[in-house]
Amino acid sequence: MIEDVLMHIDRLTVKYHHYTAVDRVSFSVKAGDFIAIAGENGSGKTSLIKAILGLTHAAEGVVNKHVSGPIGYLPQNTVVQDRAFPASVEEVVSMGLLATKSFPRRFGRADRERVRESLIRLNVANLAKKRFGLLSGGQQQRVLLARALVANPYILILDEPTSALDQAMRKRFMDILQSLNQAGVTILLITHDIGGIGEYVNRVIYMERRILFDGSFTAFCEQAELSPYIHTHAMRHKGEDEAS
Amino acid sequence: MTWLELLRAAFTYGFMWRALIVGVSIALSSAFIGSFLVLKRFSMIGHGLSHVAFAAVAIGLFFDQAPLLITLPMVVLTAVLVLKLNESADVHGDAAIGLAAAFSMALGTTLASIGGGFNLDLYSYLFGSILTIKMLDLWLAIGLSLIVLVTVFLFFEDLFTMTFDESFAQVSGIRTKRLNTLLAVLTGLVIVIGIRAIGTLLISSLIIFPTVIAMQFSKGFKATILIAVISSVIIVFVGLIGSFLFDLPSGSAIVLLNGIVFFFVYVYHRLIKR
Repeated sequence: MIEDVLMHIDRLTVKYHHYTAVDRVSFSVKAGDFIAIAGENGSGKTSLIKAILGLTHAAEGVVNKHVSGPIGYLPQNTVVQDRAFPASVEEVVSMGLLATKSFPRRFGRADRERVRESLIRLNVANLAKKRFGLLSGGQQQRVLLARALVANPYILILDEPTSALDQAMRKRFMDILQSLNQAGVTILLITHDIGGIGEYVNRVIYMERRILFDGSFTAFCEQAELSPYIHTHAMRHKGEDEAS
Repeated sequence: MTWLELLRAAFTYGFMWRALIVGVSIALSSAFIGSFLVLKRFSMIGHGLSHVAFAAVAIGLFFDQAPLLITLPMVVLTAVLVLKLNESADVHGDAAIGLAAAFSMALGTTLASIGGGFNLDLYSYLFGSILTIKMLDLWLAIGLSLIVLVTVFLFFEDLFTMTFDESFAQVSGIRTKRLNTLLAVLTGLVIVIGIRAIGTLLISSLIIFPTVIAMQFSKGFKATILIAVISSVIIVFVGLIGSFLFDLPSGSAIVLLNGIVFFFVYVYHRLIKR
């Protein structure tokens, strides 16, 4: 089978003044991949993703995108949105279509239909008229996932999507991501806590400013030199899952 | 003269019509832009810029020039400078606004003290006076509020997305730095529009009150703007008529009315509706 490379990241480096947050990181993303980029807090994961998305300037290296089209993005910490912000769920999801519009950006009937379909896909159509800020953390993440998917992106990038969710909600959210991946959506996910996520992905990239590991989750758990991280995160949740 | 006769008489005066047209222009533009500023937690930019407007008016009066023609470039320029100062990360946003506001007040009061003779004029600019609205103010208010309304209409979805989630807006191809600058410039324009009828010290409240009142009711963003605009127009209209009937400074009457409406809406929403 020919594996289509969607994106190749080549020696990407991000610096903040004299501090190097991401140091010559290279890897490829293939169509259908489900990749977890793992590492401790401050290991450069978010800087790497921001550089890939063009949100942060890369001091060196390039991101070669082999496919044109929208990228689905779920930023970090959107779950703790201001509860008083008056944005309805359908207004939030429609933001996902902005990348497909040119100035002046306006939404028509076809766009509203796409928003409705995306809400149905994530099983949150009943929340369409509700205020986003009043939803539970799990519901908010599903709505934001609907926003990230509404423009049919060729890749979905999620930054710590489960960090604000409890264990049950995290499992439900990961089940949704798995079914999306099985339906052909390529996913790149950042997490500081690989526990409860590793089993779902086909590839783990572990980084501490540089890439220290790139391979399967099973192989990752056998890395003796990464044992403090693996013991703290990967194994702990494994134990919790088995107990529950 | 009964109140009804007084009210009828009010509409026979040219200055009253000018005040109402200027008032509606301010109500529309400030409520439109206020929704973005309040939710982006930028409302204090309006407050800071209104202090700069005070200094600009004092400079105008000191040199015997039309104050609004000096205020317009000075406020817009400060809006951009405050934003750039904030972006440079050397000075935090609220500190940059505080610096500009304090310096401007000091400059304005110093000029008023040296000038001596224009304190009464300056007072009318501080709290608004419907009697002082001239044809130039009227056309300036109509023109500037049209610019604000058309710009917000054209950039509506971009502004909404940036207000809700700036990094997502960037990924969607929105140039957020430019849009933030545009928002600051539009805020400056709204401040200038409101100087005559509301006054430099009170105009920023017209940016904040309508949105905060509307937020008590609505679940969606478009509905919030619609409620903010409608309530703002009604309150400004009633406030201007009230200022004529009771011989009050127009800005004070409008802001007091906004405060009373907000109090009842808040109490109703928090205590009775729940």
